[in-house]
Amino acid sequence: MPSLPTIAPEVEARAAAVLHPAPPPEPSHERAWEYALRLGDDALILGQRLSEWCGHAPALEIDLTLANIALDLVGQATSFLGHAGALEGQGRDADALAFHRDVLDYANCLMVEQPNGDFGQTISRQFLFSTFHHLQMEALARSADPTLAAIAAKAAKETAYHAEVAADWVIRLGDGTADSAARMAAGLEWHWRFVDELFEPADAALVAAGIAVDPPALRPAWDATIAAVLAKATLATPAPRRAVTGGRRGHHSEHLGHLLAVMQHLPRSYPGAVW
Amino acid sequence: MGARSRRRARGQTCGAQSGVKDWPLWEVFLRARGGLSHRHVGSVHAPDAELAVRHARDTYTRRSEGVSLWVVPSAAITASDPGQSGAMFDPADDKVYRHPTFYTIPDGIGHI
Repeated sequence: MPSLPTIAPEVEARAAAVLHPAPPPEPSHERAWEYALRLGDDALILGQRLSEWCGHAPALEIDLTLANIALDLVGQATSFLGHAGALEGQGRDADALAFHRDVLDYANCLMVEQPNGDFGQTISRQFLFSTFHHLQMEALARSADPTLAAIAAKAAKETAYHAEVAADWVIRLGDGTADSAARMAAGLEWHWRFVDELFEPADAALVAAGIAVDPPALRPAWDATIAAVLAKATLATPAPRRAVTGGRRGHHSEHLGHLLAVMQHLPRSYPGAVW
Repeated sequence: MGARSRRRARGQTCGAQSGVKDWPLWEVFLRARGGLSHRHVGSVHAPDAELAVRHARDTYTRRSEGVSLWVVPSAAITASDPGQSGAMFDPADDKVYRHPTFYTIPDGIGHI
């Protein structure tokens, strides 16, 4: 039997490190569920907000457009919140998370909870948010979390349409009458202070693990799209201003509580109600 | 230019904002599946052709009804005159021999 040379333990350890690299540190479970919750809350709150237009839009066709977008967003929220509930592991499903949390526990960004205002203000919010949301969903479709990736792949087709239809209206209203241009400009002005919050960094461990999309990486593409559409719309890009943030940590504007009161009234008054 | 003279009257009020002019009307054609032809399904109001496609999408394909849409300005359609429908259509009524139902189909042919 041929004798083999003895392998020193430190050499063996070095070889093992090459062959079986240590996995990156597991992102904490808590961070993962918070991330899914944040995605769900953005979609849920904007979906609820947009649905307020139902029956009030300037034309029947726009009523349907806004309601369709709202329904897409509520569908995305159902998926993201369902996943968040599963990650949390406390037995809360999407309905429990949507209807039985108070305002301080919501992690949505401030932009989506802003009041609808006039059609120009609604469209400006949709344009700024959906352009971001679409970039985010496209990137998230490559997430290392297969559930997040699947939800995002489906959502990306919806958000592509949301961003396009909003941009169409920005161009028509901006390059329309003096009144429509002034309303578009006022709508952009209203929402511009909430833009920076969209691009707050995500949890570093989740980004490193390929689970989360890092919003700052999306900023150049977002800036380019916004600039191109505003140029077509003959609208000026609003001047930079001090960002208002805090939504991700539960520090919301007064508007969210009123929205939740309407949205949560029925399931809280009649727990477990079905129809 | 007969059809154009019958163009839908503009300037009706729209929604609660009186004085707002109606957008032009567009006829919507929908292809239900690949291989089928586009069929007329209804109409939408829209300020231009691009938004008319979007409105048609949001109005007529919400339940997966189609795979392709056409929109055509309603004003571009030249229609037959309902007052002339007797002269237009009645003469065909007694010409049943124009239906291809007078041929004897051999037994060996299943579906033709």
